[in-house]
Amino acid sequence: MTVKAMNASELSKKVINKEPLFILDVRNEDAFTDWKVDGENFSYLNVPYFDLIDGVEDILDDVPQDRDVLVVCAKEGSSIMVAELLSEAGRDVSYLEGGMKTWSEHLEPVKVGDLDNGGEIYQFVRLGKGCLSYMIVSGDEGAMIDPLRLVDQYDAFAKKLGIKVLHMFDTHLHADHISGGRRLAESTGGTYYLPPKDADEVTFSFEPLEDGKVVTFGGADVTVRAVYTPGHTIGSTSLIVNETYLFTGDILFLDSIGRPDLAGKAEDWVSDLRESLYVRYKEMDQDLLVMPAHFAKLSELDEKGRVLARLGDLYKVNTGLQVEDEDEFRRLVSENLPPQPNSYQEIRKTNMGKISPDPAEETEMEIGPNRCAVS
Amino acid sequence: MHADKVLDAKGLACPMPIVKTKKAMDDIASGEVLEVQTTDSGAKSDLTAWAKAGGHELRADTEENGVYTFWIRKK
Repeated sequence: MTVKAMNASELSKKVINKEPLFILDVRNEDAFTDWKVDGENFSYLNVPYFDLIDGVEDILDDVPQDRDVLVVCAKEGSSIMVAELLSEAGRDVSYLEGGMKTWSEHLEPVKVGDLDNGGEIYQFVRLGKGCLSYMIVSGDEGAMIDPLRLVDQYDAFAKKLGIKVLHMFDTHLHADHISGGRRLAESTGGTYYLPPKDADEVTFSFEPLEDGKVVTFGGADVTVRAVYTPGHTIGSTSLIVNETYLFTGDILFLDSIGRPDLAGKAEDWVSDLRESLYVRYKEMDQDLLVMPAHFAKLSELDEKGRVLARLGDLYKVNTGLQVEDEDEFRRLVSENLPPQPNSYQEIRKTNMGKISPDPAEETEMEIGPNRCAVS
Repeated sequence: MHADKVLDAKGLACPMPIVKTKKAMDDIASGEVLEVQTTDSGAKSDLTAWAKAGGHELRADTEENGVYTFWIRKK
C-alpha cells in the first residue's frame, strides 16, 4: 500500500460536502482535546505518535477499512511515520500535508454570489479556526473585509481573477487573529481602513473608517458604506455593500453574538453591544444578508460552504437576539464567557503595530480554536 | 545538572527527537538521567506527555538560543 498526501483544500471539500472520514490524530492528548479537524461525518481516534513508534498492531482493530483514513499531526512528520507503519500493515491511508499548522492557516475560497451590477463576492472560509474574510470584486479592482495575515493566499486568488485589491477594511481591531489589512495595502499601494476609536494606540497611518463613510470603487461601482455598531470593541463598525450585504464583523454571528471583553472593557461596552444589536441593526433593512467575521459550528455552513443569513431571520433564531431583559443580557455577555483566545493581547499589539513577531511566532500566536463569541 | 547519557537531537524534526529519546532511554538503567538536546519547538509538550505516559520523571528543562534541553529520569 502506498501512503498518499491529502492537502488542506481536499480536506476542506470533505468537510463542506459532509463526507465520512476517519481521522487518526497522533498529537498528544491535550492538543487533540483542545482542537482538532472538525467534520460533521468525521470519526476520530487519538493515539499519540510516541505510543506507536514500536508498531501499530495495537490499534489496527480500531482503524476501519470501510472508509477513508487520514492520519493527522502537528506539522506532518509524525503522521507520515504512522501512515507508513499502517501502510506496512496493509492499510490504505493518507496523511494531512503540512499537518494542523497548514490546516489552521488554509483559506477555502467560496463564491457567495454576484452583485446586481456585475460585481462578485467571495467568502474565504478558514475551516481550521472559524475565521471568515471577504473579497469583493468590482471590474478589475477588489476590496477586502477583515483580511487575515495569510496574504499570499489572497494574492494568488486575486491574480487568478485578474484583479488588484486596493481597499482593505477591518471592522475592528482584531484580538483573535493577526490582520492582513495593513500588509495588503502596503504591497498593492492600496488603502487600509480602520475604525478610529479602536486605533488610539496604533503606530502606523491608516484611513479612518467613520460612521457614514462611503467608498465606491471599480468598474462595477460597488459601494461600501460604514455604520458604527460598537460593542465587541468600542470602534466596531459594520459595512453594508450595495445595500444588500451586511458585514457584521464580530458583533453578530449566525448562532451567537460578539463578546465585549477582549479589550478589557466588558462592563463598559455591554450597553453599546445591546444598542447595536437591538436598535441599530433592527432599524436596518431586514432583507440584508448578514456575513460575519466568524462561524462557530459547521452547521452554519450551507451546502456550498457559505456562511450567511437574512438579518430578519436571525432575529427569530439567534440566541443572542432573544434576550429582552437588559440585566439578563448583561449576564449573558459578561459572565461565564469561554476562555479568551490564545495570545489575544499579543495579537492586539501586533495589529496596533507595537510588536512585529516573525512568521513562526505569528503562527504560534494564532494556534487553537477561535473564541470571539459569547458561547 | 547531572546526566548519565546525553542525546544530541538538534536539527531533527518531529518525530525524530522522541524516536531517538525512546531508543536512548532503552540504553540506560532505571533511576539514571538522560539529557536530551533538541531544536524542535514542539518537543516540550511532546516530551512532557511522553515522559508522563511512560512514568518517567521530567526533572528540568531549559531553553537557550533556540536549543531546548531536557533531563529525564528513567522509571
